Amino acid sequence: MGHASRALRHLTLAVVGCAFAAVSAVAEADEFRIGYIHPAERELTLSLIDRPREDFGTAGAELAIADNNTTGRFTGQTYVLDAVPVGEAAEAVAAVERLDAAGVGWIVADLGAEALLEVADAAAERDMLVFNVGAPDDDLRLRDCRENLVHVIPSRAMLADALAQYLVWKKWPRWFLVTGSHPEDQAYAAAIRRAADRFGGRVVEERVFADTGGARTTDTGHVQVQARMPVFLQNASAHDVVVVADESEVFGTYVPYHTWDPRPIAGTAGLEPTVWSSAHEQWGAVQLQNRFLDRFGRRMEKEDMLAWMAVRMVGEAATRAGAAERQAIADFMKGPDFQLAGFKGQALTLRPWNQQLRQPILLADGQQVVTVSPQEGFLHPSSYLDTLGHDRPESSCSLDRG
Amino acid sequence: MSRLLGAVAFCAVVAAAHPADAYKIFVSNEKGNTVSVIDSETMEVVDTIKVGQRPRGITLAAEGKHLLVAVGDDDTVEVFDTDTYERLHTLPSGPDPELFVLHPSGNPLYIANEDDNLVTVVDLEARTVLAEIPVGVEPEGMGVAPDGSVIVNTSETTNMAHFIDPETFEIVANVLVDQRPRFAEFKPDGSEVWVSAEIGGTVSVIDPKTHEVKHKITFEIPGLRPEAIQPVGVRITSDGETAFVALGPANRVAVIDAETYEVQDYLLVGQRVWQLGFSPDGDLLFSTNGVSNDVSVIDVGARRVIDTVPVGEFPWGVVARPE
Repeated sequence: MGHASRALRHLTLAVVGCAFAAVSAVAEADEFRIGYIHPAERELTLSLIDRPREDFGTAGAELAIADNNTTGRFTGQTYVLDAVPVGEAAEAVAAVERLDAAGVGWIVADLGAEALLEVADAAAERDMLVFNVGAPDDDLRLRDCRENLVHVIPSRAMLADALAQYLVWKKWPRWFLVTGSHPEDQAYAAAIRRAADRFGGRVVEERVFADTGGARTTDTGHVQVQARMPVFLQNASAHDVVVVADESEVFGTYVPYHTWDPRPIAGTAGLEPTVWSSAHEQWGAVQLQNRFLDRFGRRMEKEDMLAWMAVRMVGEAATRAGAAERQAIADFMKGPDFQLAGFKGQALTLRPWNQQLRQPILLADGQQVVTVSPQEGFLHPSSYLDTLGHDRPESSCSLDRG
Repeated sequence: MSRLLGAVAFCAVVAAAHPADAYKIFVSNEKGNTVSVIDSETMEVVDTIKVGQRPRGITLAAEGKHLLVAVGDDDTVEVFDTDTYERLHTLPSGPDPELFVLHPSGNPLYIANEDDNLVTVVDLEARTVLAEIPVGVEPEGMGVAPDGSVIVNTSETTNMAHFIDPETFEIVANVLVDQRPRFAEFKPDGSEVWVSAEIGGTVSVIDPKTHEVKHKITFEIPGLRPEAIQPVGVRITSDGETAFVALGPANRVAVIDAETYEVQDYLLVGQRVWQLGFSPDGDLLFSTNGVSNDVSVIDVGARRVIDTVPVGEFPWGVVARPE
């Protein structure tokens, strides 16, 4: 059965491929070129099983291009991906020029905040829309907004709020916050503190785990971790959960099972608020997971989903707008009728004031999706999704009001 | 001779116990890997059939003698005897079959293959694949015109209803609908096809001749957030006057005047209502409630929920067969 069905599947794919080619050869299609600027090398993770692969993100973008093209067969549209790996910020700006010269109209950018804004400004001069899939910084949603910048990746505040809602619903309101020493860890911790204030949690104690350098992988292994981590975490005020803020991956993975008190772990380790989990299967997600696995022979990661969503947003807006002009597509995407189906059980839409994609957040532990926020009972006058992250009155951006 | 008389007498008893209007209701349980068999007289589960993995789509074939169950995680469609519940054979469905529809003539079967962007056409007698039709991304809903002249498939990520010629297997039209179209149901006179959009929260009424969306039905339930209203299963009464739409996590079935498109009522059923199926006489409608593990029984004339039947784990599809 296994071999036969696999063989049949390959044959089928081949036949479908031919059909596509035939159609696109005949029809005069509108071509949409989408650029993807991504880091040439991703940072090492603490856990070996999370080690990045070269095609992280690119594979998601490619799958979305294929999905767009499947739809495009019926609408006379073809989509092409132009992926550019970059080393540093200056290369990213140069990449914008190159992509513009190649006829790219939309850029998906997996970059830090600083490089992202430079790319956005360079793209603005060239009438290109940029999709942020790499920078969770809240400032980009609160102050540094750009008309040609759309945030696909959830902000830190959205992630922290998603976690806070669940911990409060669970009646685990006392948090022991353990933070890394890098600015992004501190930013994550700030989002956790803010979320505690908003939803009725309490940070009862905070400690900073200083990064003193060193390798991510060692042969010496668990012996020292087992000896030191519990001591580092002992004698904390009474708490229900240890919340880890370690985006830099210096120590977070070491916290579960090494706490002094037996407590669950959440944050950047343990129960993690995230845009995607390779264990997510609800709301048809298993179809996307299977499609991805069949094509790339590995599980779909966060970076893949973010790139998939960004590329699908262009496809969806182009299909709905029934147009190929950049302005018409941007107008539709920013308008009231735009919706993206992102396997989260409800439509994903853009917050008009800062162009952040509204989305439910998964809480996953690496093996399963434990729950999905927003949680029941956290109310909002216009959209429950706006209980996650900074709401309109908190943001000084008002892109929809000119 | 006496043995023959005995058999006759036995048959008479059986016939008396099951009056002509008694029937069975088959419910696929997505998580339980079973099909629950409900007796219409008692409205209780009288049998449970073990089936393959992740059963969803369910329908009758061979004039009610066969029960077809799409078992997605086994990449096949299983065929059961509706009297003995014996598994007779499987069909070459293509990978991950979810929903299917039978041609009104009784053959072939049109199957949506979610993972491969295909509709597979299967000859039920020869058990062979007649065609594979490339459609949009994540094909799901399957509808057929009452005269068999056109097949409709909906694709959940492409967000289109694809109109397919059942003779040539060519797509003749693509109609853009709202996000995640899940189900296609023709009116009995063939004048309209209704397509539900789960994430869009609407039902598009499409004219199958002009391929235009002539009306879009929206839903509003006081006290319920709009995101919870997720239309999935659609059924229209045989007189074409009333439509029922299952609204997913809204836990309600909408009752719609199929002539004016006015939503007239919302019937509270179990949790996360997926699919709907009529009784053979059309007097009752059954809804599968995925989260509460039960089936709600709706009196079609009175527009009232009259019973709840506990079934297996995560009920998904439902079909009724006259005894």
